Amino acid sequence: MKIIVSVKQVPDTSGKVAVNPDGTLDRASMQTITNPDDLNAVEAALKLKDETGCKVVVVTMGPPPAAGMLREIMARGADEGVLVSAREFGGSDTYATSQILAAAISRIGVEKDDIVMCGRQAIDGDTAQVGPQIAEKLHLPQVTYAADIQKTGDTITVKRMLEDGYMTIKVKTPCLLTCIKELNTPRYMSVGGIFEAYGKPLATFDYETLKNDPLIDPTTIGLKGSPTNILTSFTPPQKGAGMMLEGADKASCEKLAGILTAKHII
Amino acid sequence: MDFHLSNEQLMLRKMYREFAETEVKPLAEEIDEEERFPMETVEKMAKLGMMGIYFPKEYGGAGGDVLSYAMCVEELAKVCGTTAVVVSAHTSLCCAPIFEHGTEEQKRKYLPDLLSGKKIGAFGLTEPGAGTDASGQQTIAVLEGDHYVLNGTKCFITNGNVADTFVVFAMTDKKAGNHGITAFIVEKDFPGFSQGKHEKKMGIHGSSTCDLIFEDCVVPKENLLGKEGKGFKVAMQTLDGGRIGIAAQALGLAEGAIDEAVKYTKERVQFGKRLSQFQNTQFQLADMHCRTQAAQHLVYAAAMGKQNHENYSEASAMAKLFAAETASDVTRRAVQLFGGYGYTREYPVERMMRDAKITEIYEGTSEAQRMVIAKHMGVK
Repeated sequence: MKIIVSVKQVPDTSGKVAVNPDGTLDRASMQTITNPDDLNAVEAALKLKDETGCKVVVVTMGPPPAAGMLREIMARGADEGVLVSAREFGGSDTYATSQILAAAISRIGVEKDDIVMCGRQAIDGDTAQVGPQIAEKLHLPQVTYAADIQKTGDTITVKRMLEDGYMTIKVKTPCLLTCIKELNTPRYMSVGGIFEAYGKPLATFDYETLKNDPLIDPTTIGLKGSPTNILTSFTPPQKGAGMMLEGADKASCEKLAGILTAKHII
Repeated sequence: MDFHLSNEQLMLRKMYREFAETEVKPLAEEIDEEERFPMETVEKMAKLGMMGIYFPKEYGGAGGDVLSYAMCVEELAKVCGTTAVVVSAHTSLCCAPIFEHGTEEQKRKYLPDLLSGKKIGAFGLTEPGAGTDASGQQTIAVLEGDHYVLNGTKCFITNGNVADTFVVFAMTDKKAGNHGITAFIVEKDFPGFSQGKHEKKMGIHGSSTCDLIFEDCVVPKENLLGKEGKGFKVAMQTLDGGRIGIAAQALGLAEGAIDEAVKYTKERVQFGKRLSQFQNTQFQLADMHCRTQAAQHLVYAAAMGKQNHENYSEASAMAKLFAAETASDVTRRAVQLFGGYGYTREYPVERMMRDAKITEIYEGTSEAQRMVIAKHMGVK
């Protein structure tokens, strides 16, 4: 059994967002971090590794410095890393990215007992599309928004957290799960893990490695092949603190109705 | 000296910093106020391998190097002087002498639990009448068959109340002076051993400091550390290494105080200007930064000297002397830049100034460091 975790290096949005003239992010001029939801996926994989002894492979698509992020995840406990990196892949939108990552994951190999994990969404694009698209391209059953994951034999029981409640789904391996921050608290790198990280295997898949994969269509990868056109990139405005009303009595309901009426919501 | 940090060291610094900011900083004020040992933090550090950084994996260590250990103490001290000295005393004063002077059996018996952080270590050399003059040991050890019987009292023992394993020194031959001192490994459950009350100190309030009391304490003969009569050498070599840890603690305290002072002076407005716009503030901070950078070079040089098995005694004495006096100076200046607020416990620089003072005293006073340095210079 192995778990393949797809991760992304993203700009640290606590700093300023810089944008290239073509509308894509100027990643070189920004501090980077590992996408937070992806670290929850990594932690979920490492917990299953702690329980079962399975192998954890972490894969990312990005420029060569993204290898540093893979080493950091190996320092947390992942066994192998795969960097998918080529000029031809640069500027890919989610449609193109999921093709390339699906081809890379297919090359790593998804066997009967395996699980593919992703974060729900990346904080730079906020699309939540890549995980589900990878699942579609690899013909894997997918469960999104995982807030709890239990494995018994080849069955994974996933508690999905939705806006209006929870949904529990059972799925057989191989499958793809997207993970949310409520799933767990990511562990730190350990001192021993850091000293081991640079001795672990790290492969690079470039265009030559993946170009003959049936999932790769050269006309629909990279910036030119991406159907998405970016009109503008911006940091979303901070949401104000919400108002919390407690109680299930008539007075609370009337108060709630009054507030909603005053805001012309009802 | 090449201070180019390796990829591993850069990654370690990032991890230490994240851990210190997330797990240590939020507790620093509380453990200071309550004079409480941060056991929960020790448990977290143990899981991450921070209690045995530079020891081989075969004994349960993390397989790192001495500079990586010094950087850990430095990063912890930036936010909490107490947590830094817990790691330093445990590592340098207990794990290191057992690793460097212990028999294979002793290493196999004691190191796995110490390096994994399951047990905490401490060091007992100082006595009421034997401070800088460590040769004035009054604790005696008498060989009786297959064990030694220890009698005496040690004082100011860091980690004293929380440790399980102690490296302790006692006279086996009172007439022989330094050559009559012998080192022992003592477990807290040995008959006749007890720990005194927690000392109330100026700073590092969360650090456990107490007496160790030996009343006909029975120590098995196989717990002799090194050879009989060679304990003074064990003690001095251990303190050479320990000084790197305390120097790193002092360095971190200075760096932490500068971070706080920079942040505060950019926000605080007086006479219609931010404090950071006044030339006095800029000059003060520039001096503080310059001294601290120089201290960092000395500390890292000493750590690399130990790692490379060089004679690092002078380097560690210089690092400790300079870093400790820098920490006291920089934290005092930081309090001054904060003005009245700096004197209150609302801001951490007050605690940092109290914590910094001890670095000029323990594991060899600044005066003792000057003695060591002058000796290496051949000045008699």
